[in-house]
Amino acid sequence: MPIVNYIEHDGTTHAIDVATGVSLMEGAVSNGVPGIDGDCGGNCACATCHVHVDAAWLDRTGERTEMEAAMLEFAEGVAPDSRLCCQIMASEALDGVVVRMPAGQH
Amino acid sequence: MATRAIEPDFDPLAEARAEAYAMPLADIDMTDPERFRNNTHWPFFERLRNEAPVHYCANGRFGPYWSITRYADIMAIDTDHQRFSSDAHLGGITARDMDKDFILPMFIAMDQPKHDVQRKAVSPIVSPLNLAKMEVLIRERAQTIFDNLPIGETFDWVDRVSVELTTQMLATLFDFPWEDRRKLTFWSDMATKDETIPGNPTKAEREGYLLECLMYFTGLWNERVNKEPGNDLVSMLAHNPATRDMIPMEYLGNLILLIVGGNDTTRNSITGGLLALSENPDQYAKLRANPALVETMVPEIVRYQTPLAHMRRTALEDVEFQGQSIKKGDRVVMWYVSGNRDERAIENPNAFIIDRARPRQHLSFGFGIHRCVGNRLAEMQLRIVWEEILKRWPKIEVMGAPTRVPSAFVKGYETLPVRIPA
Repeated sequence: MPIVNYIEHDGTTHAIDVATGVSLMEGAVSNGVPGIDGDCGGNCACATCHVHVDAAWLDRTGERTEMEAAMLEFAEGVAPDSRLCCQIMASEALDGVVVRMPAGQH
Repeated sequence: MATRAIEPDFDPLAEARAEAYAMPLADIDMTDPERFRNNTHWPFFERLRNEAPVHYCANGRFGPYWSITRYADIMAIDTDHQRFSSDAHLGGITARDMDKDFILPMFIAMDQPKHDVQRKAVSPIVSPLNLAKMEVLIRERAQTIFDNLPIGETFDWVDRVSVELTTQMLATLFDFPWEDRRKLTFWSDMATKDETIPGNPTKAEREGYLLECLMYFTGLWNERVNKEPGNDLVSMLAHNPATRDMIPMEYLGNLILLIVGGNDTTRNSITGGLLALSENPDQYAKLRANPALVETMVPEIVRYQTPLAHMRRTALEDVEFQGQSIKKGDRVVMWYVSGNRDERAIENPNAFIIDRARPRQHLSFGFGIHRCVGNRLAEMQLRIVWEEILKRWPKIEVMGAPTRVPSAFVKGYETLPVRIPA
């Protein structure tokens, strides 16, 4: 299974196996990784799974959808590398991907 | 109301259930405030979810409308802001159209792009950093309220705790003159009261009170606009380029939004939480044994209460939805109160369970671009309330039935008699 590296705001890293096709939000929530809430269950509708994608992986994680961009408007500390990770699916191509969590999800 | 016996809810509910399943589907009108006052709406929603999840009511109290009652369908409409508008001029965000001659523009009742810029002007007040700063003050004020409650005698929880706490919170957010703070509660009530219900103020009276609210807040604006930007909502609106040129009715609209949003909703969740615990003694015992469960109990309270029963949209184009033809201009009502009890999305949804695995998966805050801006503030207030209660008393007893607000929008309580055992 592809490995996803979640880095908490304080620097704590969690390397988690996430099955192909499962979202990075789901991968975090179902493995007890703190710092990602996912209130809407992956519908791109709450902006509580905000992550910063590591520069080396940005071009491989795809583009924000229109809805995702609209929801990110209301997240804290949004930067060009910001994504909602319920919209990023784990895959072999993303094996080893690195995402960093913001200080809070609201 | 005084003649009604103390609940349990199931007696009137049994009667309502029979009625709900006997009447023609087409005749079901969920905007009837009596069903909310009596707490008998549940079987009607249950039938709609099962038999007509996208249901057309041709003769609704406020005109024809579609009812959306399943969780996933509500999520779909709520996140489709391109086709389902919140615009005040099309009717706004409640089943009852906003009065055409008293339009209150507010960002919840706007579409993009104006919605986004105005929302962003107020959202910093509920940023994680600001919430952490406010927590100390909110807790101190809550402690004072709790320390002054009578022991061993019956009192009204709504007035002494729920209203007082949320009003103080709101006064803090607005940096509102402290002695006058109950005006905020009053204006909040005036904004949502349905004048077609006997005993409620008339439309002209309500509008008069709301204009009084505008005059009062215009004073605060004028006082703050020429000072350095402060950390309160009035100062934020007065200084932000997105909001500083608002016309008076737009200022009033956004004030009302923040007053109702920050007041009514949390107030009713504070009351609803106590009621739910009292009706579920096993959960109350579980909480006492492990006060850390406050964390997951708080979102469960918000789901179980669903302090706003619905939000409304207006279709901007013809939409085929779940086999039904919604026409451009149709009113579409998303019943959060029903979606939050949809067993297709939530396991054992009618049970109040304080340690659910994913308690924040509920509809009470809405989803999509209009999702409640103050949701984490609301949760913080509720968390403080329960942490402070558990520090003080093992139990608060509910001494009689609550009286409920007659409204299909604000799902709440007027009174709840309680007693803290001596």
